[in-house]
Amino acid sequence: MDSNKEQGPISSTPVSSEATILNAVPIRHYGRWIATLFLLLVALVMAKSLITNPRFRWGIVGDYIISAPILAGLRLTFMLTVVAQLLGIFIGIILAIMRLSSNRVLARAAWIYIWFFRGTPLLVQLIFWYNISALYPEISIGIPFGPTFWQGNANDLITPFAVAILGLALNEGAYMAEIVRGGIVGIDRGQGESAKALGMTHMQTLRRIVLPQAVKVIIPPTGNQTILMLKTTSLVSVLALADLLYTAQTIYARTFETMPLLMVVSLWYLGITSVLTFGQFFLERHFTEGKHVRTSFTQRITGRVSMRGSSAKLGDGGSQ
Amino acid sequence: MIEPALRVEGVRKSYGHVEVLKGINMQVKPGEVACLVGPSGSGKSTFLRCINHLEKINSGRLYVHGDLVGYEEKKGRLYELSDREVCRKRAEIGMVFQSFNLFQHMSVLENIIEAPMRVLKISKEEAVMYARELLELVGLSGREESFPKQLSGGQQQRVAITRALAMRPKLMLFDEPTSALDPELVGEVLTAMQDLANSGMTMIVVTHEMGFARKVADTVAFMDAGLIVESGPPDQLLDHPQHERTKSFFSKVL
Repeated sequence: MDSNKEQGPISSTPVSSEATILNAVPIRHYGRWIATLFLLLVALVMAKSLITNPRFRWGIVGDYIISAPILAGLRLTFMLTVVAQLLGIFIGIILAIMRLSSNRVLARAAWIYIWFFRGTPLLVQLIFWYNISALYPEISIGIPFGPTFWQGNANDLITPFAVAILGLALNEGAYMAEIVRGGIVGIDRGQGESAKALGMTHMQTLRRIVLPQAVKVIIPPTGNQTILMLKTTSLVSVLALADLLYTAQTIYARTFETMPLLMVVSLWYLGITSVLTFGQFFLERHFTEGKHVRTSFTQRITGRVSMRGSSAKLGDGGSQ
Repeated sequence: MIEPALRVEGVRKSYGHVEVLKGINMQVKPGEVACLVGPSGSGKSTFLRCINHLEKINSGRLYVHGDLVGYEEKKGRLYELSDREVCRKRAEIGMVFQSFNLFQHMSVLENIIEAPMRVLKISKEEAVMYARELLELVGLSGREESFPKQLSGGQQQRVAITRALAMRPKLMLFDEPTSALDPELVGEVLTAMQDLANSGMTMIVVTHEMGFARKVADTVAFMDAGLIVESGPPDQLLDHPQHERTKSFFSKVL
């Protein structure tokens, strides 16, 4: 070893900052440049057409976008989305816990539910629930094979709104069940075991240790499902429920302003999707444990993540 | 006669057709430290997990402080205990795992006070006070707000020991507590365990650290293929093993 050398390759003397700047010619990405030019061109053509094509009739879009019937339809769409999704999440958690149960009947029942609701089209399910009175004209509450406490006409009880909520939520529950189950299964077994070893009950372990950690994994696909739900609610037009799309359809059936009204509808769906995306971002950030790898909303959209903050914290850990 | 902390009679355990414990007999007196050593797959960890009923035994009897683990015996018949009752018994037995298993979404302090608050129903103030006291003993004062990922393996394992001690257990189980650690971090965890042993805690330790076994254990038991082949005081077992299997094992690891 020639340790006598003053200037070894790993010298501790500070290097002047000028020496570290390389004067190299960067690689020319011709392919990317051509693709960029092409995209800019397409965007330009589309923008020109949106502005100059008079058949878009943006004036009519402006007239309708905050008109009373459209806003009423929007309110219904939003209500259906929120209520059906929340119910769906609730059903999903219960089904997921059932599927993971060591009781075979519970696990199999959940499996059959998921199999059935994922295996039939939602549109069919909605129409089925709408016509349920054909199967059961009378609905009663009581003890099976025992006394009846309450009885009612199915047609009075099952309003189109109730059918919409029921159909959307039951169907959503099947999908959410698999998402929640995936989240729970993804948690290291040791987490639950150490909770049990400390004397926590099965439910305490689930509620305090497993589910809070699973939430982090569950949120992104749940955000996806919620956005999907927003648009799936437009299926309720078969129940003659005046949601956003159905309202627009009834208007343009009368006025033949099809395109402008579809623009109105699309703009509203896009708007709510943006709000939901924003909400998902904050939920995700809230549940990022340790809270040290944080990204801002704009970083997330542009896909640029600064590693500076996180690497500083990693150094603090010591073991890495 | 004092009731032993652990009394094990003919315990057997199978997974399907594979029998991993083939009739274990063992006694540990209160305040004693027993080390279980032996090759991988000999059933050491499974046996440890049977003691706090994380695994159910197939036959035999297992008593902790005179109480049957996981069951109740009435008129010669065994009745399985409810989840709640099993949990109450488990709360008296601390366990430390090879992979630490700290709750990843909780800070060090939250990890320690969770079970005392939820299981023992101790007030938060009292739980926090005791947690800080224990953290100081293992040299982790000032780390209360850290998250597990920000700690080294040795620090995590010391938090895990603290978390178990916060339940004021009468018996502590250690399942290869240093096997997942970098060699330079093993010492700090063994020191914490030795301090605990000196304080009079009854401990059952599955380990490959023969130095620790020799220094701290009152009894060392050598397990192979689901049986305790030989047991005795550390000096006798480590230096003068009687059985061929024990001799060949120690000739390789010592």
